[in-house]
Amino acid sequence: MDYQFDFSFLLNNWRDILDGVWLTVRMSAVSIVLGVMFGAAFAVVRVYGPRWAAKTVAWYVDIIRNTPLVIQAFWIFFGLAALQFRVPALTAAIFALVVNVVAYTTEIIRAGIESIPKGQLEAAECLGLPRWRVILHVILPQAIEKMYPSLISQCVLMMLATSIMSQISAEELTAIGYRIQSETFRGFEIYIVLAVVYLALSWLLRLIMEQGAYYAFPRRRRLNANR
Amino acid sequence: MQGLTIDHIFFIFKGAGWTIILSAMGFIGGTILGLPIALARSSRNKWIRRISGFVVQVVQGIPLPVIMFVVYFGISVAGFDLPAIVAAGLALTAYAGAYLGEIWKGCIQAVPRTQWEAADCLALTPLQTAAFVILPQAARIAVPPTVGFLVQIVKNSSYAVVIGVFDLTYSSRVVNNSTFEPFLVFTIAAIIYFAMCYPLSSLASRLERKFKKS
Repeated sequence: MDYQFDFSFLLNNWRDILDGVWLTVRMSAVSIVLGVMFGAAFAVVRVYGPRWAAKTVAWYVDIIRNTPLVIQAFWIFFGLAALQFRVPALTAAIFALVVNVVAYTTEIIRAGIESIPKGQLEAAECLGLPRWRVILHVILPQAIEKMYPSLISQCVLMMLATSIMSQISAEELTAIGYRIQSETFRGFEIYIVLAVVYLALSWLLRLIMEQGAYYAFPRRRRLNANR
Repeated sequence: MQGLTIDHIFFIFKGAGWTIILSAMGFIGGTILGLPIALARSSRNKWIRRISGFVVQVVQGIPLPVIMFVVYFGISVAGFDLPAIVAAGLALTAYAGAYLGEIWKGCIQAVPRTQWEAADCLALTPLQTAAFVILPQAARIAVPPTVGFLVQIVKNSSYAVVIGVFDLTYSSRVVNNSTFEPFLVFTIAAIIYFAMCYPLSSLASRLERKFKKS
């Protein structure tokens, strides 16, 4: 094997790659924020909501978690096109990602809610707090704090999942890589570069979220300091 | 615009068959790769632990479509001429190996420490300890999460569409391109995927509950 590695495409295309990174970052950020918000709301419905609503959420979670993201994205993207809705690929991509990630965060936060000792709820009720404030100020913060490590992993997976949106022509990092590949025919090198970039992005995201936890959960910080 | 014919449905099902084959390749390869990774991750040697942990983190930090591309182009760069499904199978192997390795590492560590000590007292070698004491106990704990991960493998085999592997995702997209009935076609595809994944996930959660009780 005498293959000549050639990374010279980086000289001409680094701007495009940066554009792709930026779009991937924006897509991930929007999807993560929306995903965690809706996930928390759905998890509350799943645990405290009326029976029919809880059942509906459970079905939604089951359906989404047992079908691939690509199919969901195709369904939304091509489906909207068939209905004569001309949405940009990026909007459809974010929509598909949010629909997907909400199912996972719902399950994670629900597990967190169910692990909160009953005493917390009773104590809050003794203080005379209305139900919604108990959930919002007592249950949810503790549930999210407890499940934070799983949420970080889910968000990293989510960031990586944006790569498949190149299939519905969202111009994120993988799509840029594909375009450069078809112009320069240096497929192996290009995807090694992409792999390194994604690796850096996922480590960065993990770092940011772990640092964020340090400020978001002062209680955990105190507990760790005492140990 | 043209309706969906019975031939189209057959074509979609043909893709589903390849999805099953591809998932099986990923699971078998992932098992072969995941076992040594799990053992290395729970090794007593600090460096073996660190290096295997680094490898796992690298694989988990790269999106599966990009792994698919790297393997696909890597095979051709290495001078082999293999069908795309082999590349997809190898990429799934790397992916499943990393995740199964981490899952099984957790199961190995869930075996009580005293078991290791007892094996030490019986003067078993590390290999004997692993094979006859720890792994049989860890395997019991590992069944539910492994079945659960099978769902991920089936679902994520759909990413092979990026390198043009003929599977359920690919065949349904082809049918959509010729009929342009996206809701119907992708609903059928989703139902087939669901029919493959849902029994596995409910089996996984049933097993989990059963093991928790005992």
